[in-house]
Amino acid sequence: MSNFWSAWIIILTVVTLLLNLWILLANRKSTNAGGTTGHIHDGIEEYDNPLPQWWLILFLGTMIFGAGYLVAFPGLGKFPGILNWTTVGSYETQIAKAEEQYAPLYAQYAATPVEQLYRIPEAMKMAQRIFGNNCAQCHGSDAGGAFGFPNLTDDDWLWGGDAHQIRTTISQGRTGVMTAWGGILNTEQVDGAIAYLQQISGQNHDQQLADLGEGVFSTYCMVCHGATGEGNILFGAPNLTDDIWLYGPDEVWIRQAVVVGRNNQMPAHNVLLSEDKIHLLTAYVYGLSRN
Amino acid sequence: MSTPSSSTSSSPPQYNYHVVRQFSIMTVVWGIVGMLVGVILAAQLVWPELNLGLPWTHFGRLRPLHTNAVIFAFGGCALFASSYYVVQRTCQVRLFAPALVKFTFWGWQAVILSAAITLPLGITSSKEYAELEWPIDILIAAVWVSYAIVFLGTIAKRKTSHIYVANWFFAAFILAVAVLHIINSAAMPVSFFKSYSVYAGATDAMVQWWYGHNAVGFFLTAGFLGMMYYFVPKQARQPVYSYRLSIVHFWSLVAIYIWAGPHHLHYTALPDWAQSLGMVMSLILLAPSWGGMINGMMTLSGAWDKLRTDPILRFLIVSLSFYGMSTFEGPMMSIKTVNALSHYTDWTIGHVHSGALGWVAMISIGMLYHLIPKVFHKDGMYSTGLITLHFWLSTVGTVLYIASMWVNGLMQGLMWRAYNTDGTLTYTFVQSVEASYPGYLVRFIGGFIFFSGMLVMAYNVWRTVQSKPVPEQAQPNEVLAVQGAGL
Repeated sequence: MSNFWSAWIIILTVVTLLLNLWILLANRKSTNAGGTTGHIHDGIEEYDNPLPQWWLILFLGTMIFGAGYLVAFPGLGKFPGILNWTTVGSYETQIAKAEEQYAPLYAQYAATPVEQLYRIPEAMKMAQRIFGNNCAQCHGSDAGGAFGFPNLTDDDWLWGGDAHQIRTTISQGRTGVMTAWGGILNTEQVDGAIAYLQQISGQNHDQQLADLGEGVFSTYCMVCHGATGEGNILFGAPNLTDDIWLYGPDEVWIRQAVVVGRNNQMPAHNVLLSEDKIHLLTAYVYGLSRN
Repeated sequence: MSTPSSSTSSSPPQYNYHVVRQFSIMTVVWGIVGMLVGVILAAQLVWPELNLGLPWTHFGRLRPLHTNAVIFAFGGCALFASSYYVVQRTCQVRLFAPALVKFTFWGWQAVILSAAITLPLGITSSKEYAELEWPIDILIAAVWVSYAIVFLGTIAKRKTSHIYVANWFFAAFILAVAVLHIINSAAMPVSFFKSYSVYAGATDAMVQWWYGHNAVGFFLTAGFLGMMYYFVPKQARQPVYSYRLSIVHFWSLVAIYIWAGPHHLHYTALPDWAQSLGMVMSLILLAPSWGGMINGMMTLSGAWDKLRTDPILRFLIVSLSFYGMSTFEGPMMSIKTVNALSHYTDWTIGHVHSGALGWVAMISIGMLYHLIPKVFHKDGMYSTGLITLHFWLSTVGTVLYIASMWVNGLMQGLMWRAYNTDGTLTYTFVQSVEASYPGYLVRFIGGFIFFSGMLVMAYNVWRTVQSKPVPEQAQPNEVLAVQGAGL
């Protein structure tokens, strides 16, 4: 903040408060209590009563508190307040205190491999709470997923289900992109691709269209989804031959994916959670489909 | 500035009651519509299937429809009706610029209809309480500037020497809302139905809440205080308690309110200094806000017995109690440590509705029961018993509403901050939603009771309007008598 704006804030604030004080004190007494002002508006008169004493004190009290607060805390432009308090500083102090208190609790499991950790009930109780606080919003309290958010309790993994892969997903996040083919394929090709997808996933389909779609698939889709359509965890490309659908098996959702594409994101959690917490969480997710 | 009335005319001015009648009837209509949408939303929170799976009936689209309908359609029409009525009677002149008066009515109804169409269609600028897209914003600005010209023009040609306190508040409300609306809605259109705010990031948020909080401060507070300053002394037939208090609390209210917006953005990316200033000014706002309550309530001193027999006065005085309560609650909630608990919870919804139902709606209802017989030239409302019934429905509805939201809000705030011995949060978010269901049900019931009172009112108003008019000459010639006394 420049000195000009700092001065601007200070002057406006102080002048506003002083003007308030002035109008309050200038009107506090009445020379004509119980009498009227002599104004009459549509039959309404006005008494010239003084300001109620308790109200005057309340007003002055809040002004004094306000002045004191602005001396102690940031408020008057660049003046930081004599306590040197900041929101960021307050947050960091509390987080540091919490880290100091709780970090040992999580550190005790840091050396236990994920493959063993998921069988330790006390550890998983803590992990479940971390999951409830951080993951359940999208994946559900039961980790069963939702439209666009993968089910974590089955054995189908977009990005791989071993400990290392799960940890990478949680820690660094994932970005899943399906190209929008609407501008490249014509209507017949789109219909064909959809019919072929219905065929390889065991749904009802139009065989003639599906035969056409097989060619479309091997030209455009195979690169990511593989020759057999079983997907590729390197791209997060889903397996299209099973009956697990991130966005639902209905034609409308398949068509949407093919025509306008998909852009989905798992946020990186290494900026939110400590390594030890991510370790516990990895074990929890690892265990969801194995317990 | 003004000329004594005796030199201009000997007959009472023919007030423009036509536009007052139009706005007062539309206040009832939009009140019912807006509150019905509110009841539907409350029901959707208890039974989410009532979203019907359709985009147009989804909570996210109906919610801005509800807020716009109750604030700008119901509240706005109530303010237009009462300010046009009050400014004429207290200035003893007919409204200035009759063509603009007509435009303010039809223009405002066009704004409301456009809102009712575009919001369910999902056409929104996404700014809270300023959701309407840019073509409608321009119409609002045109109506509002016309309103300012009519109102200030009427004051300018007044036949009284002083400007009555109610008109100070109305004028402040009109001028401030014009400035707030035009600055906050500044946007770059990309198509007829879509625009982007000219502000970005934390600046956008700050401008939005500078607007948002002063929509509360000037639209829902100053405007309705203007209403209070006429209808309370008029209905009570008592002088206003203290002219000095009027002066002090008017100037301090308008000077301080404009600073209070940042308390909506505590613990966000807004710089610390702005958050602190917003909190300090919000706290100092307590006394100026209460000044209006004291002046209204104390106006009744020596005549409290009238509350037993006059349900209209009861509406007005109870609305002041809710006003005092919510303007105490507001400064408390603006304290950062309290806000850390209350923010994002149902407490905020409860706070808003103790103001919206208890203060804004109840004083508007009291105003309408006083005003409608006057502007339709009737002896009084069709049924005083129905007014009493409406009073109890409103009071019980409001209390159920705000009590359930207090309970929900405190519970949510406490659940969200509870943590285990390992430092993890005790409850997931969805557990706090699950625990809120009973409160949502009570809120739905309270809201429904309040809404049913509006239907009682509609019937009472209908019967009043249909009843036989009092002959013109039997109208007491208050105006002349007052003119003589005042000058």
